Amino acid sequence: MKAKPVIIAQGLTKRFGTFTATDHISFHVDKGEIFGFLGANGAGKTTAMRMLCGLSRPTEGTATVAGFDVCREAEQVKRHIGYMSQKFALYDDLTVYENLRLFGGIYGMGGKAIREKAVFLLQELGLATERDTRVQALPLGWKQKLAFSLSIFHEPKIVFLDEPTGGVDPVTRRQFWELIYRAADRGITVFVTTHYMDEAEYCDRVSIMVDGQIEALDTPSALKRRFGADTMYDVFLRLARTARRT
Amino acid sequence: MKTFTVFVKKEFLHIFRDRRTMLILLVMPVVMIVLFGFAINTDVKDSRVVLLDHSQDELTGRIKEHLLASPYFTLAAEADEVSAVHRLFRENKADIAVVFGAHFTEELTRTGTAAVQVLTDGTEPNQASIRSSYVEAVLASCLPDLLPPGTAPAAYRIEPVVRMLYNPQSRSEFNFVPGVIGLILLLIGAMMTSIAIVKEKETGTLEVLLVSPLSPFVIVVAKLVPYFVLSCTNLMTILLLSTRLLHIPIAGSLAGLVGVTVLYILVALLLGLFISTCAESQLAAMLLSLLLIVPTVYLSGLAFPIGSMPVALQRASLVFPARWYVEAARKLMIQGVEMRYVAGECAILAGMAFALLCVSWKLFKTRL
Repeated sequence: MKAKPVIIAQGLTKRFGTFTATDHISFHVDKGEIFGFLGANGAGKTTAMRMLCGLSRPTEGTATVAGFDVCREAEQVKRHIGYMSQKFALYDDLTVYENLRLFGGIYGMGGKAIREKAVFLLQELGLATERDTRVQALPLGWKQKLAFSLSIFHEPKIVFLDEPTGGVDPVTRRQFWELIYRAADRGITVFVTTHYMDEAEYCDRVSIMVDGQIEALDTPSALKRRFGADTMYDVFLRLARTARRT
Repeated sequence: MKTFTVFVKKEFLHIFRDRRTMLILLVMPVVMIVLFGFAINTDVKDSRVVLLDHSQDELTGRIKEHLLASPYFTLAAEADEVSAVHRLFRENKADIAVVFGAHFTEELTRTGTAAVQVLTDGTEPNQASIRSSYVEAVLASCLPDLLPPGTAPAAYRIEPVVRMLYNPQSRSEFNFVPGVIGLILLLIGAMMTSIAIVKEKETGTLEVLLVSPLSPFVIVVAKLVPYFVLSCTNLMTILLLSTRLLHIPIAGSLAGLVGVTVLYILVALLLGLFISTCAESQLAAMLLSLLLIVPTVYLSGLAFPIGSMPVALQRASLVFPARWYVEAARKLMIQGVEMRYVAGECAILAGMAFALLCVSWKLFKTRL
């Protein structure tokens, strides 16, 4: 018996005036799945993601995230998700530990829980010696790992990653994906947008948005078979070229 | 509540770790008040005085000697008619004029009181009032020397009739303190706060906060709290400096002044919030704040009296919160009026706070 999906979107639509950014998209994501959310710039990825995070109200359609309705129970949704933006939003002028304490505190974790978890986490990331270093002094790759760890620090059910690997070298990206796998193994569902097609191959399932609609949704191997392509890169190009929006 | 304090603590850390911010927040107010204070308090020396003596007798001659013996005055010219005095003023060859009437001595000996006209150049109102007070002091102190021995000086009086040319409404020399408070608090409230909020937009941390269970209201309030605290600290510093160092008395109720100022701080903070909703980068926030602060300097009555501005500018000044604050603070600090006389200004400031709150909140929401 299969568990209930953690994300269910049905006819999710967002219009800004006459412009339809996201046009009746429907999909579901299962627990512990790594779900790649692909699309060219302007295809409507970010808008869809913002609606799922409770940041933006859908014009039409419904979605439940972690079992809560994104319209009516946005507060509960926010409590059960983590979010990492492409800017690795950390506070540069605070130390590594202060950042952990802040985000732990924001999600209502107690002081003791934060301290214990921080020790464990810093050990795991190999950042134990940098506990009191200000974030601005850390190399980019470390910041990125720290930002991801922060986004799942409060043990969310789902973590949304918005282009989490922008501007990072391939080796660091590979290491970053190991962190993502580890999180997924712990049962955290990962919803990730990316422009790197090699990363799309790492996902359990991939959806490709074109002009506000989901044009394809399947496992990477199934997609490649269906489009007769060798790589996800070719699959993406095929679909993205059909876009009327630029 | 706990998440709120965690957040406020973080906000203080941001401020304390940025040396430039600290400098602006804590050192600038002191520098400004001291600079303004001493720039305005310096003695006015070597005023060029024009004498116009219609009496030309022994008594007026001795008064003139006394005047010119003072280190504060040097003789610009002895005029023989009023038009010459005006001409000297217009040519900027005189700062002050002392005019004796034709019957000065006669009046003084017969009635015990004689009038002396003192004309000052009102384009520099602060100096003008200092100069005329020097003339008054000289006139009062030389009186015993002028009278025949044995007569009681108390029975005689020389009454200076002071007229300020070109700016009939004379202003107190301590007018600047409310203005400086108004400016500093605007700078901290509007500029520093908007920059702090926009910085989170720029780094993307604002988005992360918005995705968190913190309500947007808590985020905004927590961001404003430290700036509110620092503004209040600055208010205390300024008031202490003005009363202790510059010896400026606070004529009205201190509690009332603090109350009005706190209201003004709120307006400034909300203005900062409003700017932050309009600006996308720290640079834009700074420019927008400057766009607001520069006209404030000119239109709040801090530097130039509003009453002598063209009507169009007087109308423009109505939208600047600092104008209402400076007006209320002057009434309370210098004139020492009761609170009910500043109720109008308070109501306008409260209205501005409310309007800014509504607009910013709406903009903040639609961003989502």
